Amino acid sequence: MWIDTLFFYLFALITLAGAVLTVTRRNAVHSAVSLILALIGVAGLFLLQKAEFLFAVQIVLYVGGIMVLFLFVIMLVNLDQAARLRQFNRQWWLALACVLAVAAEVIYVLRRGAAAFRYALPEERATAAGNVERVADVLFKEYLLPFELASVLLLAAIVGAVIMARKRT
Amino acid sequence: MLHPITPTHYLVLGAALLAIGTIGVLARRNIVIILMAIELILNAVNINLIAFSHHLRQVHGQVFAIFVITVAVAEAAVGLGILIALFRNRQTVEADEIDLLKW
Amino acid sequence: MNFLELIWLIPLFPLAGAVLMLLAGRKLDPQPPSEVAAAAGLAPQVEHGQAHPHPAFARSRSFISWLCPGTVLLSLIFSVGAVAQLAALPERVHQVVKFTWMAGLPFLTAAGAPARFTADWGFLLDPLSSVMILVVTGVGFIIHVYSIGYMGHEGGYYRFFGYMNLFVFFMLMLVLANNYLLMFVGWEGVGLCSYLLIGFYFHKKSAADAGKKAFVVNRVGDAGFILGMLLMFSVFGSVRFLDVNAALASGRFSAETAGFGVLSAIALLLFLGATGKSAQFPLYTWLPDAMEGPTPVSALIHAATMVTAGVYMVARSHLLFRLTPETSLIVAVIGAFTAILSASIALVQNDIKRVLAYSTVSQLGYMFMACGVGAYWVAIFHLYTHAFFKALLFLCSGSVIHALGGEQDMRRMGGLKNKIPVTYWTMVVGALAIAGIPGLAGFFSKDEILWQIYSSPHGSRLIYAVALLTAGMTAFYMWRLIFMTFHGAPRTDPHTLAHVHESPPVMTVPLVALAAGSVLAGWIGAPKLWAFLPEGFRLFEHWLGPALGAETVVHASSHAHDASTEWLLMCLSVAVALVGIALAHHFYVRRPERAAALRAAAGPLYTTLANKWYVDEIYDFLFVNGLGKGGGSALARFDNRIVDGGVNGAGWLTRLTSTLSIWWDTWIVDGAVRLTAFLVKAVSFPVRVLQTGSVQAYALVITLGAAAALAWYLMR
Repeated sequence: MWIDTLFFYLFALITLAGAVLTVTRRNAVHSAVSLILALIGVAGLFLLQKAEFLFAVQIVLYVGGIMVLFLFVIMLVNLDQAARLRQFNRQWWLALACVLAVAAEVIYVLRRGAAAFRYALPEERATAAGNVERVADVLFKEYLLPFELASVLLLAAIVGAVIMARKRT
Repeated sequence: MLHPITPTHYLVLGAALLAIGTIGVLARRNIVIILMAIELILNAVNINLIAFSHHLRQVHGQVFAIFVITVAVAEAAVGLGILIALFRNRQTVEADEIDLLKW
Repeated sequence: MNFLELIWLIPLFPLAGAVLMLLAGRKLDPQPPSEVAAAAGLAPQVEHGQAHPHPAFARSRSFISWLCPGTVLLSLIFSVGAVAQLAALPERVHQVVKFTWMAGLPFLTAAGAPARFTADWGFLLDPLSSVMILVVTGVGFIIHVYSIGYMGHEGGYYRFFGYMNLFVFFMLMLVLANNYLLMFVGWEGVGLCSYLLIGFYFHKKSAADAGKKAFVVNRVGDAGFILGMLLMFSVFGSVRFLDVNAALASGRFSAETAGFGVLSAIALLLFLGATGKSAQFPLYTWLPDAMEGPTPVSALIHAATMVTAGVYMVARSHLLFRLTPETSLIVAVIGAFTAILSASIALVQNDIKRVLAYSTVSQLGYMFMACGVGAYWVAIFHLYTHAFFKALLFLCSGSVIHALGGEQDMRRMGGLKNKIPVTYWTMVVGALAIAGIPGLAGFFSKDEILWQIYSSPHGSRLIYAVALLTAGMTAFYMWRLIFMTFHGAPRTDPHTLAHVHESPPVMTVPLVALAAGSVLAGWIGAPKLWAFLPEGFRLFEHWLGPALGAETVVHASSHAHDASTEWLLMCLSVAVALVGIALAHHFYVRRPERAAALRAAAGPLYTTLANKWYVDEIYDFLFVNGLGKGGGSALARFDNRIVDGGVNGAGWLTRLTSTLSIWWDTWIVDGAVRLTAFLVKAVSFPVRVLQTGSVQAYALVITLGAAAALAWYLMR
């Protein structure tokens, strides 16, 4: 439907704008806010794809957790002085060329292979379960082990972060 | 213009986001910005995953995207912890000033 | 006791005495201290008559005085016994070989035949060597006894007797050897002892120089001896007397009457050795200088024994000389020339011992003249009688010197005849003997020589005339010596004159013994002419004649020359002797001023004679300065340029090679190492540069790699 298309381009625009701003702003806080913007755009895209749970997780975790963390760290690290320095390092042109090359290759692959995406779609089942239930169902049955491992990973990350960041007395 | 949105659109968007994120990782000096660009790359991956999940009418992609987010969280936390430790020792957050392991 | 088997002991007795003296003598004979000697660190040497040692020394000296003459006496006894037993043998040759010294060195003779060189430590007793050992041990013993008294006041008593015994050992080895090589050992040994004894007063430069001169001049002769011996060896294949004589007598070699052959070469070379040892021209100059040694040394070595070794050697090689008439002629001519040359020098010498020294040279010339004309037994006979009267004359002169407290110049003697009668009368006997007065020993031997020179087929009238003239000169200078020393007014200073005393019996008894010998010894060699004497009086001739080929010796009865000529010549020689004595009497007893007038009138001739015909000066110029210094500087140049140049060159070469080596090491070897390091650095540089330490750079590279990988996949 046309409204899907519209929203797609809208959210895509927001995401891309936010992304571009993120990598180009001098002020770190501006970058952070731009990233928030991009993340919200991504969340919107999730919602368009009928991934409601992930939309919520994106907002809550990414924006509400990680970006807040980023902002706290930005404040801690005192990036005012860094903002006065040169922002881009000396290899930026080579990086740009390289990335454009990669991007071009990928897009070329996608264009050429677009036909491969048309394969028989499974029937749309009108299930009673909503998205969350279906995610939970798969998550806790098939992906139980990775789930537990993910929690261990988070534990390790917590411990690591605390150790890395604490003051050495 | 108003073609129906195919997964290819999402993939192209993800590719663009990947490109922008890579540029940010390779070209910015400020480590905080680099970390943010890494988040962008991860989000690009998530977009791809969700696009296929939707296209294939499955939820496996979404479950995988949950894990990606988890990993992104862990990585951001630890990365920022390292950044703080680095700032304390070197008083700098510029990536190309951290080059002690050169020849 | 079988003395014949024990002849090897005869040399060993004196050797034992010598070894004992030279090893332990120092302890047996403590030296009286002397400031001069102590300062120089030398054993004190006391000039004769200038000091009397502490009586304590006399006691320890008596052991030496008994031991050393005693060993010679033992040798004498054994010699007498051996000779007596030899006489009893049918063939009077006895050889004892103790052990083989060099066994069988293989080589090729001159004829190309392979042979083996063997030399033994062997002893040969035959009539010739028996005469020699009796002379050596007999006269040697007498002189040893005399030395007890003469050297009694000297320092180095043990050394003297040690060297004397050593000399007797070597001399006996020389005469008893059965081969030329062992004889040469003795030959060299007596030369060594001569050097040691001439230079006995070694702190006196003239004595040390005289010893050196004797040794060096001898050496020249020895070179000839060695060459002759080697040549003989290459021709005959052996150096043993019996082998060589057998080869020569076998008729394999013909007489070399026409010119010179290899036998003549051998003979001449051997004669060169004899010339050196027996002080003939041109190698006689050492003998007068040898008078620096103590008088007993002069008596024993330079009158009776060592200088006669040359005559002995020629006599031993008589077969060789008989086969080479040209060489024999040379022998006779040299003998004659030497005889008259040294007699002429003796006419004007003022040192009593010098006169006797030149007289010895002259008498040795007589012996060689006899050898040269083929009368070898006569030469040995003269050797035997000469030993008696010359030793007697030397010992008497020693007695005179001892009486005068060291004075040797005859111009400061005189009027001693009543003061030292024993010495005087024994010396008169000796002088009569040497002059050739009938009845004494010298007459028989000298007269026989003169007759042989005149009448032998190898003789010559010219040589006879020279010999006769020399006989007259001999009588003259010998009686000049007697008259100047003993007669007339005393010319010594009163202090010395007051101390004149006769020598002790230990010195005078030997004098008397030798005087008796001078009288009696000749009677065993009476000429055949005196037919009124029984054959026993010709013992010597019968003893030695057969051994030395007496068939060629001429006797009045078997040759064209008749007895009357021989009587005539005999009277002539006696007359010449009497004229000589009368002249001496005239010039030195009756009209001494005439002697001075004659001396002034003969000015240059006198000076030449007094300076010994300047032979020493010529030798100095030619050889000592010319060869010595010139040769020395040539050798020095050789050493500096060539030898040192070689060494320097080797050093330069070493430095050159080391420089090359350094270059190689620095540039090639080290260069390789440095090149390796450089290559590693060069190659690693681009790789190293990649390690920027900047994480973003690494990330960029990853991206580049990803782009490349993707591109590659797309290309496929």
